[in-house]
Amino acid sequence: MTGIDDPRASGTEGYNFAYLDEATKRMIRRAILKAVAIPGHQIPFGAREMPLPYGWGTGGIQVTAAILGPADVLKVIDQGADDTTNAISIRRFFTRVAGVATTESTAEASIIQTRHRIPEKALREDQVIVYQVPQPEPLSKLEPRRAETERLHALADYGLMHVRLYEDIARLGHIAKAYDYPVMVNGRYLMSPSPIPAFDNPKMDRMPALQLFGAGREKRIYAIPPYTPVRSLDFEDHPFRPIRAPHACALCGSTESYLDEVLTDDAGGRMFVCSDTDYCGERQVAVAQEAAE
Amino acid sequence: MTPLSPGFADPVLDAQACFRAVLEAMSRPGRVVVAGAALRPPAPLCRAAAAVLLTLADADTPLWSDAGANAEAWLRFHCGAAFVTAPDHAAFVLATGTPPALDALQPGSEEQPQRGATLVVQVASLGAGHGWRLTGPGIEHEHRLAVTGAPGGFLAAWAMNRARFPRGVDVVLCAEDRLAALPRTVAIQEG
Amino acid sequence: MYVAVKGGGRAISAAHAWLDETRRGDTSLPELTVAQVEQQMGLAVDRVMAEGSCHDRFLAALAIKQAKGDLIEAAFLLRAYRTTLVRFGASEPVETSAMRLRRRVSATYKDLPGGQVLGPTFDYTHRLLDFALAAEGEARGEGPQAPAPVGEVPRVTELLAREGLMQREATDDAEPGDLTRQPLAFPAARPVRLQNLARGDEGFLLALGYSTQRGYGSNHPFVGEIRVGHVAVEFTPPELGFAIELGEIAITECQMVNQFKGSRTEPAQFTRGYGLVFGHGERRAMGMALVDRALRAEELGEDIAAPAQDAEFVLYHSDNIEATGFVEHLKLPHYVDFQSELENLRTIRRSAVAAEAARDGMAEAARDGTAEAAE
Repeated sequence: MTGIDDPRASGTEGYNFAYLDEATKRMIRRAILKAVAIPGHQIPFGAREMPLPYGWGTGGIQVTAAILGPADVLKVIDQGADDTTNAISIRRFFTRVAGVATTESTAEASIIQTRHRIPEKALREDQVIVYQVPQPEPLSKLEPRRAETERLHALADYGLMHVRLYEDIARLGHIAKAYDYPVMVNGRYLMSPSPIPAFDNPKMDRMPALQLFGAGREKRIYAIPPYTPVRSLDFEDHPFRPIRAPHACALCGSTESYLDEVLTDDAGGRMFVCSDTDYCGERQVAVAQEAAE
Repeated sequence: MTPLSPGFADPVLDAQACFRAVLEAMSRPGRVVVAGAALRPPAPLCRAAAAVLLTLADADTPLWSDAGANAEAWLRFHCGAAFVTAPDHAAFVLATGTPPALDALQPGSEEQPQRGATLVVQVASLGAGHGWRLTGPGIEHEHRLAVTGAPGGFLAAWAMNRARFPRGVDVVLCAEDRLAALPRTVAIQEG
Repeated sequence: MYVAVKGGGRAISAAHAWLDETRRGDTSLPELTVAQVEQQMGLAVDRVMAEGSCHDRFLAALAIKQAKGDLIEAAFLLRAYRTTLVRFGASEPVETSAMRLRRRVSATYKDLPGGQVLGPTFDYTHRLLDFALAAEGEARGEGPQAPAPVGEVPRVTELLAREGLMQREATDDAEPGDLTRQPLAFPAARPVRLQNLARGDEGFLLALGYSTQRGYGSNHPFVGEIRVGHVAVEFTPPELGFAIELGEIAITECQMVNQFKGSRTEPAQFTRGYGLVFGHGERRAMGMALVDRALRAEELGEDIAAPAQDAEFVLYHSDNIEATGFVEHLKLPHYVDFQSELENLRTIRRSAVAAEAARDGMAEAARDGTAEAAE
């Protein structure tokens, strides 16, 4: 019911610090605190429409917006890289609506929002990592009905997932789940680690930093407190094995980091480089310095 | 009636800072943090408890309180809190004196344990380095928390609260402008 | 030497500048004004208001202009704006029997109190491209003015209900749920289902409604009534304690009349499917009413066998803002998960090849063994 001469201007005038209104932040903050108190349990929350599309990090953005303050230094990565377009877009969003300092350095960041990776550098107690989560329900591919999966979580009945993993072993010789590999949190809740490669799963276990997870479209928040046991599901005779490409990074030589495969021609030429661009950059500088000395 | 003292000087940024303090406390049970140092809430409300409620409570969160008319008028004005008379209907329970029994508060259900209440309870003092031995998620080895003026029989009640996980009540202990949190996962042993 | 791809920021800025340029199109042509969109693309505006869940013709028209006519993108812009608005409270229920009607048709009665009013409709037009519209600047004559019905026009379903033939809706004074505040939970109450459908994608509602007609969740619908027009919105400020009129909104209401066989406790009677949407949106309102009725299967003791009767399926997939975001997010880089799948697939294939080789080896050895034994 607005006239044509409506003065509502473009830009971010009239929007609150960190975009969300205070009532929304309080609602999200309450959900985050309950998530921390019940590690691995998905808390339904009234996710708002954000000015970025659902599926593009709205859950992570809402969590970050609810915790972010002027003293924070924000790092945003997508696929491990700070310079991928969606990471840039989200970083710009927070620069615009919160005027917050940003960094590409894992060590300098107080909040790291991520899609699909955990940085290679170990996180510290004074850091928070916020994961963007497309599908928070680890059982969703096995049981699409939420009413039913909520019941299964209540009963801690995770037989479906064990059967699924065991079928892989019976058919293929090992578990064919390479990313979004389910974990048990503090021995109680089955949890989706978000679509990080299984390679990153062990970093979640007893991590000194607080880990928060936001799923905007599915309207769920969950958390892992610091130093909480996180175990990737496996079997005694088929222990969990993180997979990485068996190569060294072509840029920094790392044989420990997670690698992206890059096609260099159409004749089968390829190379492997670190997915974590900050880690790789630091190592390249260190290698160059060593060579110079 | 005396005029109400102000709430947060900067409602947006002060609430953010207080939330981060509470988040730190809840993430690292037993660690003592500072909140609401600049507030002057009406007695018997302490600064930390006032800050927690300003930060988290509003018209969507039923609040039970034993703090009396002045404190309740202050909370109603500054956070639009909706007071309830039955503690088991409350999302937040504010106890400045002896709190209701833990098992008399809303514990949530197995499907929705997040409905479990948050008890904000004022104690005489909080200190780190000695006292209770805390272990559990959020704690690398062990945290020590010294609480004076904890409710009688608290540790026994706490053990029962913890035993019904994932249902249960989470507690925020407040003294002056300091607070420490006890999420339902934490195990507490006498120091 | 390979250099990692950089310059994403510059690429984004350049892409957005290009987008702006293509939005404007040929600059030798006059720029479209928001008022023109609002006036001359009125049904697009109505759809965007409905799916954007915000009754504001100006903002919807602006969103359509900004979105280059992509109506889902426009609805998204409107939703993202809407979500930042302060909520003052909930209005009183609108009284559609007191609507200022532009159109009102019933398929169940030839004539009825208040009459049939055809109104501005595509119905009975011959779908021939009108090349006269291609000649701009032509003044069109005003349509003849039919006297609109005045006063209260009772709803068809109410007429049936008075006779006991139409099931009365359960009345409930409880505050209805609000999906924009509380996420869906199941079982979902009817007000929440209706809110979800009213904001749902028109194509989804249309297809699901259609599926019920083709036997997937059989119900036998009649259009009891469709009414299009304006209705007053009233709000009771707590400090006043009585309702004041805030203004009018344009809505379309559809009441479908459906058979109900009756049960041991209830005699056979009609039941209704209900649709109510912002703006003039008959297709949307009718689809909504069909799906609403299908979703009442459980309540009415019917088998739940068809997609349109499955509340979780319908309600979780009706929202085109959620759907478009998640479908389109597949465009985002997935190098990391894809890489882990690549390595995984290679490992599986290697072990399959190794296993086959081992089997071949064993067979060979077995053959050799047999041969040796024969020697």
